[in-house]
Amino acid sequence: MRVGVVYYPGSNCEQDAVHACHMVGLDTELVWHKRESVDGCDAIILAGGFSYGDHLRCGALAQFSPVMKQVERFAADGHPILGICNGFQILVEMGLLPGALLANDGLKFRCQDTRMMVERTDSPFTNACAEGQILCLNMAHYAGNYFADEATLADIEANAQVVMRFCGPNGERGAEHNPNGSINDIAALRNPAGNVLGLMPHPERTLTSELGSADGLLMFESLRDALTASASAEVAASPEPAEAEAVEAEPVGTSADV
Amino acid sequence: MSEVAARAVPQGEIADEPIAIEHGMTAEEYASVCEILGRQPTVTEIGMYSVMWSEHCSYKSSRVHLKTLPVEGEAVLQGPGENAGAVDLGDGIAGVFKVESHNHPSYIEPYQGAATGVGGILRDIITMGARPLALLDSLRFGELDSGKNRHLLDGVVGGIAGYGNCMGIPTVGGEICFDPSYDKNPLVNAMCFGIAPADRIVKALADGIGNPVIYVGAKTGRDGIYGVSLLASATFDAEAAEKRPAVQVGDPFTEKVLMEACLEIIEKNLQVGMQDFGGAGLTCATSEMASNSGNGMEIDVALVPRRETGLSPYEVMLSESQERMMLVTTPEKISEVMEIFEKWDLDAVVIGKVTDDGLLRVLDDGVMVAEVPAHSLAEEGPCYSRPYTIADTPAPLNGADVPCEVAPAEVLQTLLRDPNIASKRWVFQQYDQTVRYNTVQRAGGEAAVIWLKEAGSDAAVAMSLDGNPWYSGLDARRGAQLAVAEACRNVACTGARPLGITNCLNFGSPEIEERMGQFAAAVEGMGEACRVLGVPVTGGNVSFYNETVETPILPTPVVGAVGKLDRYDASVRSGFAAAGNTVWMVGAFATSDAGLGGSAYVRNFHDRQIGAPPELDLELEARLQNFLVAAAAEGLMASAKDCSDGGFAVALAEACFAAADAARTDSAQASAPASSLPGMLGANVEIPACEHGVHAALFGEAASRVLVSARGEHATALAALAVRHDVPIAAIGEVTAAAQLTVDVAGETVLGEDVQELYATWSGALAHAMEND
Repeated sequence: MRVGVVYYPGSNCEQDAVHACHMVGLDTELVWHKRESVDGCDAIILAGGFSYGDHLRCGALAQFSPVMKQVERFAADGHPILGICNGFQILVEMGLLPGALLANDGLKFRCQDTRMMVERTDSPFTNACAEGQILCLNMAHYAGNYFADEATLADIEANAQVVMRFCGPNGERGAEHNPNGSINDIAALRNPAGNVLGLMPHPERTLTSELGSADGLLMFESLRDALTASASAEVAASPEPAEAEAVEAEPVGTSADV
Repeated sequence: MSEVAARAVPQGEIADEPIAIEHGMTAEEYASVCEILGRQPTVTEIGMYSVMWSEHCSYKSSRVHLKTLPVEGEAVLQGPGENAGAVDLGDGIAGVFKVESHNHPSYIEPYQGAATGVGGILRDIITMGARPLALLDSLRFGELDSGKNRHLLDGVVGGIAGYGNCMGIPTVGGEICFDPSYDKNPLVNAMCFGIAPADRIVKALADGIGNPVIYVGAKTGRDGIYGVSLLASATFDAEAAEKRPAVQVGDPFTEKVLMEACLEIIEKNLQVGMQDFGGAGLTCATSEMASNSGNGMEIDVALVPRRETGLSPYEVMLSESQERMMLVTTPEKISEVMEIFEKWDLDAVVIGKVTDDGLLRVLDDGVMVAEVPAHSLAEEGPCYSRPYTIADTPAPLNGADVPCEVAPAEVLQTLLRDPNIASKRWVFQQYDQTVRYNTVQRAGGEAAVIWLKEAGSDAAVAMSLDGNPWYSGLDARRGAQLAVAEACRNVACTGARPLGITNCLNFGSPEIEERMGQFAAAVEGMGEACRVLGVPVTGGNVSFYNETVETPILPTPVVGAVGKLDRYDASVRSGFAAAGNTVWMVGAFATSDAGLGGSAYVRNFHDRQIGAPPELDLELEARLQNFLVAAAAEGLMASAKDCSDGGFAVALAEACFAAADAARTDSAQASAPASSLPGMLGANVEIPACEHGVHAALFGEAASRVLVSARGEHATALAALAVRHDVPIAAIGEVTAAAQLTVDVAGETVLGEDVQELYATWSGALAHAMEND
């Protein structure tokens, strides 16, 4: 099970994403933005950071990188894509997720821990969570204030696209528990098909209690379980896979003998 | 060709003595240049000498003193002289670190001044072949009732955040002080820590005759010309703002890709040597690299990438445009080097080659415009033993000298509200503290703790950056000792053993005897403290001329200590951990010194500049630190907090709310803290009477004292360990689940405070002060 971690000039969280995947037993491959293929990847993470130095708008330039055509196709094919922080901004700029990310309330960069409640667990990124579970994740961003116009917001809510919402220690909602001003306290958002998810907080920085909270690990465990489930579903569906592999291996051995 | 054959002479206007003086040089310095060259220099050449021989680059006033500092030690891999120092962290890992000032630029343009300060210190670490893992900052401003100072704080913090966050290097600690002496001269000292393979530390060498010299990174412009000579090496006057063009503009995105490209080159061992373009730009990089290798270098400035037209060779040689590096490689490896720069979309150009004649030769499209011995620029700058006078040691301050009718509870509220003591959350949450996911302890504790995960290690480093300017203002010698002691004590509180320090020495004009005396005394005191505590100085920076219109700053030696913890998951935190734990006072709590001189209490309630700073028994301090490291290693401490600014009572209050504060998750819009933070603890303690009165007992800042909490079952072992280390220890009370802080002095209750109320004062004060606008 291989996760492609896409990074751009200015990305700075790609190693953290790799580390998180390894912790749950997922293989990884760093995918440089100039590559034109994501073949061999079962899921993709768009890593956080400051792609292209946030020039123009956060995430605005990354969509033009060569690899992004493949990422769009990957999304259309229904494979899991997770955009974290700058990755979320890129997904929004590409139109894979609706709405926009504005400057935080207070107009300052904010690095802190923050709580959010999991509302949807029918997702490759939250299936290991319980519905209503409160996660404590670290966040660090300047432009994470999610916004969508009324009509879009109505669609988002109607399609059950909000996967997590910011909340207080007991799940209570309110401005005092919303760290960046996101509309409807939206903390994690998916596309209608559910395979593309974006969030500003960093699950890959929240993996062990020694460094704060271990809640982020749940999202990577979810991804691993989702990929394992879909792989075994594929195995069940495809006829005699073992034989097909053996046939491919055969000629190699033959040529080596020559 | 014989030596007698007429040498070609550089083309260009000749610089006479008045021109040299316009460049900030003295007549004697000009005469030395003429003697070295055997002729009059060109204007380009005098420009090069003026920057390399400036105070900032040549340390001409400080060298005679700095060489007395201890620089050797078991753990030292690289002492002063390179871009940064390095200590051995075991398992083949070198910890590379340094602190540097960017004071004057930050006053003129706070955002860019601070940002490029961060960029500069990062390049110093990268140049050593190390990946930066953490940043810390020591900041000084005038008081926040002035809109100008609020603007400076906001801009400096924004600049540090803007640069460090974009680079993806966490800013995890540091400190901030406010005093009127910094009104027109704020200080911005940035420290960076990184790691490199111990056997692969890169140096600024230009070995191998004929090897190509590569320029890489941002294009060169006119920014920052004279940065080191005009900004960093002269006293400010009323026209400071007119020097704005001498401030550089930072581009962290370019630095980020430059860093990744350079680290990739080093990883593949494709370099001979590397040097960043810091102060004095191309002149510094070329002359230092050539001189370090005993070689010469020839470059053609016409090949240097430019972002504006019409730059003269003089301007190209002196520009301090940011985000540029110089690299020497071999002809065999050059194509691989260029491929890496191309991958990262960086401008990289071969601008010259290493030569064997020891001369730095500058061509402009083939025409020679400067030719000077590289060594003379880099190493033969003037060295002055400037006259100085050391002020008399002041008399200690007794309790009777500063009578106070204000009730202890009110004093405590006032101190917690003082921006010098209040929570710095408003600042630290603007910094990305968690990127790279190594941060075990963020800003706000005694020291930042960073896991060496990227080196495949379970070890961690603890880092602290400290320097109490009020102590130094009263007695520069003891102030510097106290700075070393506190930085190392903070590191030891986490359980880490201090391995070395870096220093940033911020002082007024060395040309004024009194200021030079402060500097000389501080360096002497620092050396003494380092020797007794066993921590060598691995490098640092001197910043003179921190005075505007004859108002000097308080002498401000800042010390950055680095220590090692064997396990990242065993670091000790500063906040109380659990109700029922015993509270202990460890260290010099039984001395007769009240610790009132320079204290926050006396500053708030009396004249700020009276008395002597706290006494410091360096031998006891060393034993205390050894005890802390041993107690942490044996798992005997649940928390450890240094008693410093505000004394015992403030330390106790902060220990009650540190853990709860660290766990806060509320929003920016909630200006008041949540009414009831989960995890807030209290304490009930009794301390002995103090001959200087109750206020001295509660708020005196006697040195070498640590507030420790420990589980009940560890009491015997902890006390025995203290006895073994010959460190005084006493159980003074316990941590309580009720968020109530009760202090009895000799049987009488002098404080009985609601911890939530104390927390509200402490946590909101700085944000409140900044919202004054």
